[in-house]
Parts: sequence; structure tokens; C-alpha cells
Amino acid sequence: MKIPGHTAVGMPGKRRTREGPLAWLAAASVALSLIMLGALLVLLSVKGLSNFWPATVHQLTLKGGETVIGVPLETRELPSRQGLERRYLTANRDDGGGIWRWLANDQITEDTTPEDLVVLERRHWGTFFGRLVALQSGDQRLTGPDAWTVLESRLKEINALRDERRRLTHDEILPLIRSMEDQDGHRSEDRRLADLQRRASELQQRMQGDLVVLENGQGRRQEQALAEILEAWRPNAMAWHEKLGHWVRELWQFLSQGPRDANTAGGVWPAIFGTILMVLLMSILVTPFGVLAAVYLNEVAHQGRLTRLVRIGVRNLAGVPSIVYGVFGLGVFVYGIGGSIDRWFFESTLPSPTFGTGGLLWASLTLALLTLPVVIVATEEGLSRIPLHQREGALALGATRFETLTRVVLPMATPAMLTGLILAVARAAGEVAPLMLVGVAKLAPQVPLDGEFPFLHLERKFMHLGYHIYDAAFHSSDVQAAMPLVYATALLLVTVILVLNLTAIFMRHYLRKRHGAPVRR
Amino acid sequence: MSIDGELPKRQLAQARLGNRRGAVMEFSAADTCLDIQGLTLAYGGKTALKDLTLRIPRHRVTAFIGPSGCGKSTLLRALNRLHDLNEDVSRHGQIHLDGHDIHDPRVAVAELRRRVGMVFQAPNPFPMSIYDNVAFGLRLQGGLSKRRIDDVVEWALKSAALWDEVKGRLRASAWSLSGGQQQRLVIARTLAVEPEVLLLDEPASALDPISTLKIEELIRTLKPHLTLVLVTHNMQQAARVSDYTAFLHNGELVEYGPTDTLFTHPRLRRTENYITGRMVG
Ligand SMILES: Nc1ncnc2c1ncn2[C@@H]1O[C@H](COP(=O)(O)OP(=O)(O)OP(=O)(O)O)[C@@H](O)[C@H]1O
Ligand SMILES: [Mg+2]
Repeated sequence: MKIPGHTAVGMPGKRRTREGPLAWLAAASVALSLIMLGALLVLLSVKGLSNFWPATVHQLTLKGGETVIGVPLETRELPSRQGLERRYLTANRDDGGGIWRWLANDQITEDTTPEDLVVLERRHWGTFFGRLVALQSGDQRLTGPDAWTVLESRLKEINALRDERRRLTHDEILPLIRSMEDQDGHRSEDRRLADLQRRASELQQRMQGDLVVLENGQGRRQEQALAEILEAWRPNAMAWHEKLGHWVRELWQFLSQGPRDANTAGGVWPAIFGTILMVLLMSILVTPFGVLAAVYLNEVAHQGRLTRLVRIGVRNLAGVPSIVYGVFGLGVFVYGIGGSIDRWFFESTLPSPTFGTGGLLWASLTLALLTLPVVIVATEEGLSRIPLHQREGALALGATRFETLTRVVLPMATPAMLTGLILAVARAAGEVAPLMLVGVAKLAPQVPLDGEFPFLHLERKFMHLGYHIYDAAFHSSDVQAAMPLVYATALLLVTVILVLNLTAIFMRHYLRKRHGAPVRR
Repeated sequence: MSIDGELPKRQLAQARLGNRRGAVMEFSAADTCLDIQGLTLAYGGKTALKDLTLRIPRHRVTAFIGPSGCGKSTLLRALNRLHDLNEDVSRHGQIHLDGHDIHDPRVAVAELRRRVGMVFQAPNPFPMSIYDNVAFGLRLQGGLSKRRIDDVVEWALKSAALWDEVKGRLRASAWSLSGGQQQRLVIARTLAVEPEVLLLDEPASALDPISTLKIEELIRTLKPHLTLVLVTHNMQQAARVSDYTAFLHNGELVEYGPTDTLFTHPRLRRTENYITGRMVG
């Protein structure tokens, strides 16, 4: 039989053309979104990761005879439009302030990359570019290639000593002091403390004593204590695999160490840890509340006008600006509940607050509140999608309503709950504004989880990647110097959120498989 | 046969059953499993069942037939109180199971539903393994050893004629079975909790002829052990497997009697029209 307007076999060509414009438009918007997303990731990756690469250092001779040592960066047209000029990173902040310099191309008479140029990463004053003239160790004074070899091995020793000293301070001295404060007056541990402190200053002693003599581009010499130097390398003398090794090491230090120099250098480990811990705590808090609330709204409550009103209210809470939650958290959690806890349990330490100030717990709670609507809505959607005949199947086998809920409905709704959790994590991990009110700190080198009872310190302030970006980008003395760090941290924040989300997505995938439901998406 | 007014109705030696038109059934009150008296049921304001009175015999197959929307499923669901969940449903009249009022406040609904099992029109296995589906009801009862559950699962799957097809993959997802296998799995799941009554709501409507035949065979083998109530749109099926047939129309019981009689000599014009296909919908 032939239906008018339809060809018998194959898809009619006419239909496809009618779908044409819409399909193209949809495809184009998908492509555009992907391109923008890709561009974002590429920008963050390039700007963030290249920061750790040991760039070639150039020695330039200018027309006036002046010598400049620096790493070439971007080029632009001269204001006079006659030629180009280039920005160089010249480092040496202690050498008169700036660490950048614009040089017109025709100013430069000679551009070389001598192998003996050194780059030093210092505890203060940032990076140094120049030459190593001599190394003074006790009465010994080494010059030439020997100086460099000894410098490298001494640096390793000093870094090991520094690590040991840090460990001693954080893991033994500080906990001891705190425990002595707690048992106020009781001074039986005095001897042990003095002993530890002597060991610490001994380590400090062994780090000091050595001096390096450095020479900058202009040939001006300066002395620097070796203990001030964290790392030294000669990029122009490095083969590419050495550079790669250096890059990996730098990246690892960025991930595993704490910040230095007012957050403009060093690593972000406490911030990574704080972000993840806070998000995990938030998830632990929000999931049971959200699921229970959704179960109540969808399964228990009488489906009347009041329930509908509550549901609309919950949905609208998802749209409240996050800073409002921050204000709420500050007023209710920090001052209200935290203040009361302090009055009841920590009276001895008042007026300095314990829970009555921002901290990990209050931040997690505030974010849990912020993400609660998302979890409720997603879970409710999942619950309402479970077909009636599944519930009736369980009831008809003699299950009570509660058993039906726990054994059939909730397991089937777990993927939906995890979808809610994924959305919650995505929102919470990127949220900075409310955290500034309820517990994030610019610098909190001690992570809130350690070997000291009760191990998880809910009252402590913590660092957060999002806030770290904000702080480095707006509050450092030299914003431009901090920019590479900002990019790297931003990339890291995206990665952390991605990893957290992927974990939840894999969990959802696993649960879907276990509960036999067809795996979608 | 006489009716002794002094005795309670269900103890009568022979009973006047079904509609007010006085159909007489050849089973004794002692053989009555479900006794429905004056059942009226409404969804909101809409009446779905009107003053139904009928008795369902023990260890027989009773079929409910009638046009779509006449209230067959509604009646079936009333028998294990599945309507309890729907707040809009209002009910009058009684249902007795083995002489006990199922609406008695002392009756535990969950236990009633275990005794009166139900298989739905569309197969509804849970998204779990085949084994877990069958063990579901058993685990609700609790206190059963792993060994005992294994045994019952095997017995139930054998009873539902599914064992040979799934014995090698009990841990596979139930949703990986075919529609016919799923429906037999659901029957096995229901049998595992050893119900006394099995309600089947168009159990074969979504199945191919071979699966349908398997289900019909299954119904026949279960008959000596269970009271079966079958809703079907398939006249041949009703004629093939049922002992008694009730014809419902617009929520009323039109005619009820032994299947042979009802199909060969229907007393009413309406019944005859429906059976012979002259009345549709
Ligand atoms: N949950 C419900 N709410 C309101 N009305 C309902 C509900 N379920 C059934 N009804 C109505 O009750 C009447 C009987 O429905 P029922 O499902 O019992 O019919 P049925 O005989 O099983 O039909 P079918 O053969 O199509 O399954 C119909 O008019 C239907 O619209
Ligand atoms: Mg029906």
C-alpha cells in the first residue's frame, strides 16, 4: 500500500531538508560551546603549566653598553609604531623593584644564551637571574665550575635539613606546646620541649653558615646566605630531558608544598586538601538530609497544597545567591551555634573563639545548605520516575511501605541521588563568596586533618583553591608576578572539580550496573 | 437445594452465588476461598465497581472477562488491598478470605498481600539479579538460612517452568530476560512466598503465542495447589484454562458460572454478544 507523500523504501529526502536548519543550528551551538570550553582549558593549561618549564635565559647587550639578563615574553608594537618591543622577565626584585622590562628590538645589539647563567629560587625576594661567582663554605672559597657542583649538593643537604626541621616543628613541638597549654600550669614536659627546641635550632645551625656570591647582569655582586636559596638551576645548560625532569619536579612541588612569599610563590597543597576535604564533608552532610527531605516530600507527605508549596520553595532556594547563604552561615552557624558551643564547652579559652569563628565545619554546613535544594530536586525527580508497577510488585510480595521504599525504590533512585550529588559537588567546589564569611583563610599551612587527636579539626580555618586564586590575583603585591600561579591554580581547581565529579559519575555508573538498569549517557 | 436462613451464608452446603439473577454454582461454601459481598468501589466520584457479590472457589481457576474499563483490574486489586495506597479510592462492602474479613483492622496488610499474590499485566521484575528477584519476598520474612533460600528459589523457578532456562545465570540481571521469561520470573517470585491465592492480571497480554501457552500450562499445573484468579481479554484462553468465568460490564457482574456453561449456553444476551465478539469495548 502506498501512503501519499511517503516513498516506500528509505527515508524520504524531503523530511531531512526540513530538519536541516534546526539540526545545523543545534550542531553549531554544541560546537561553539565545545570550542569555548576547549579554549578555556587550553588557555589555563598553557599559561598554568608553562610556568614550571625552565625557560631559556637570555643575556642581552643594549646600545648603551648595558647588559640585561632575562626571559623573553610577549612582543608588541612600539607606541611610536616604528618597530617592536618585547617584555622580558628580569626577576631580581631586590635589584631595584621591578621584575619586568620592556625593551625595543632595535635597542638590543647582542642576544646570547650563555650556559653559566643561573636561576635561583629564593625564600624571599623571588627569583634571581645572574651568575654564580663563588661559594663560601666555612673558610673554603670555591669558584668556577666547582662552585656550581658543590652548590647543588649543598642545596640538597639543606633542603633535607629544612624538611626535617619542619617535620620536627609541626609534628612534635607544636602539638607538645598545645597539649601543655591544655593542661595549664602543668610543666612536667618542659624538659622534653627544651630538648626538641634544641634539636630544631641545631638543624637550623647546620643549614646556615654557607654563603654564595652572585653577580647580576650589570656585574654588581651580592652575597646571599645559601639557606635562603630553595633551588638552583642553569636552564641554558640543561638538556631537554633534564628540563622535563625539572618541570615534573616543579609541578610536584606546586602540588605538594605550602605557599610562600605571601601566596605569590610556592605550592598549593593546603588549598587542594582544604577544597577536597570541604567538598567531601559537604557531601556527607548534604546527602542524607537531601535524600530524607526528598523521600518525605515524595513518599510520605500528603500530596496537598502545602507539600506543593514547600516543593516550590525548595526549588526557588536553589536560585538564592550564594553570598546570602554565607551571611546566613555567619549569623546562624558561626555566631549563633558556634558562639553557644564556645560558651558551653570552651569557656576556658574565651574570649578567643574556638567554634565561634569561621571554620571547616561551618563552611561545609553552609555549602551543604546551599546545595541542599539541588539534591532534593534531583532525588525527587528520581523517586517520581520509578514506575508505580515496581512499587506495587514489592507490595504484592508482602513488603510494607517502608520495605518497598528501602529495598526497591531507594536503590533504584540511587543514580538520581548521585546525579544530585554531582551537581552539588560541581556547585560547591567552585563556590568562593560564602566561604569568605564562614571559614576560609588566606594562609592556613596546617591542614585540618593530622595525627593529632581528634585528627579531623572541624573548627580550624582552611585554605581553598578558589579563594587562593582570588587572593593571589587581587591581593598580592605584584599581581603580574602572581599571574602564572593564578592560572596554574585555576587549572588545578578545574581538575579537582573534574576528578570529584568523575568519581561520582563512576559511582553512579557502577550502581546502575549493579541494579541492572540500562546505563544511559 | 435449599437455603437455610439460620446458618451464616458461607456455611451453606450449596450456595446461591453471583448475581441476583440466581446463578447456582456447584461448589460448597467450604470450598469458597474468596467471598465478595456487595463490593462497591469508586475512584474519587467515579464508581468503578457496583455492588458486586461473588464467590471464588478454592483451588480452581476463575476468569474475569469483560470489555476494557469494566473494572476487572479494579476488582483484582481490591482482593489484596492494593487500593489502600490510593487516597481517592472509597469502598463499601466486604471481602472474606477463608472466612476472615480482609478489611479487619487487625489484619496485617503486608501479610495479606503475601497470601494473595499478584502478577501484573506488564512484567515488573526488580532491577536485581534473577536470584535476588525470587528471593526478595523470602528475605522480607527474614530468619531464613542461605541454604533454605537457595532451595526455595530453585523450587519456585522450577514451579514457574523457568529453571531450565536460567539455572546457569541466576546472578544475571532480571532485565536481561525476554518478556515471557520475565513474566514467568514474576510468577516464580510470587510463588516463592507460598501464596494461597494468585491473582493474574492479563499475564499473557504482552507475550507471543508460545510464551502464552507456557503460562497457560503453568496455570494448569498450579491449580491443585492454589486458588487462581485470571483476568483476560482472550476468550479462548478463558475457555481453555478456567473452571469458572465471571463476565463484568460497566462495573457490574453480569453473569457468573462454570466456564463450560457460560461459554456454551450463556443465559444473557449481553454475555453472548461479548463472547461471540459482537460487543466490542
Ligand atoms: N487509578 C485510577 N484512578 C481513577 N480511575 C481509575 C483508576 N484506575 C482505573 N480507573 C477507572 O476505573 C474503571 C475500571 O478500570 P479497570 O482498570 O479496572 O478496567 P479493566 O477492566 O481492567 O480494563 P482493561 O481491560 O483495559 O485493563 C475505568 O473506567 C478506569 O478509567
Ligand atoms: Mg486491567
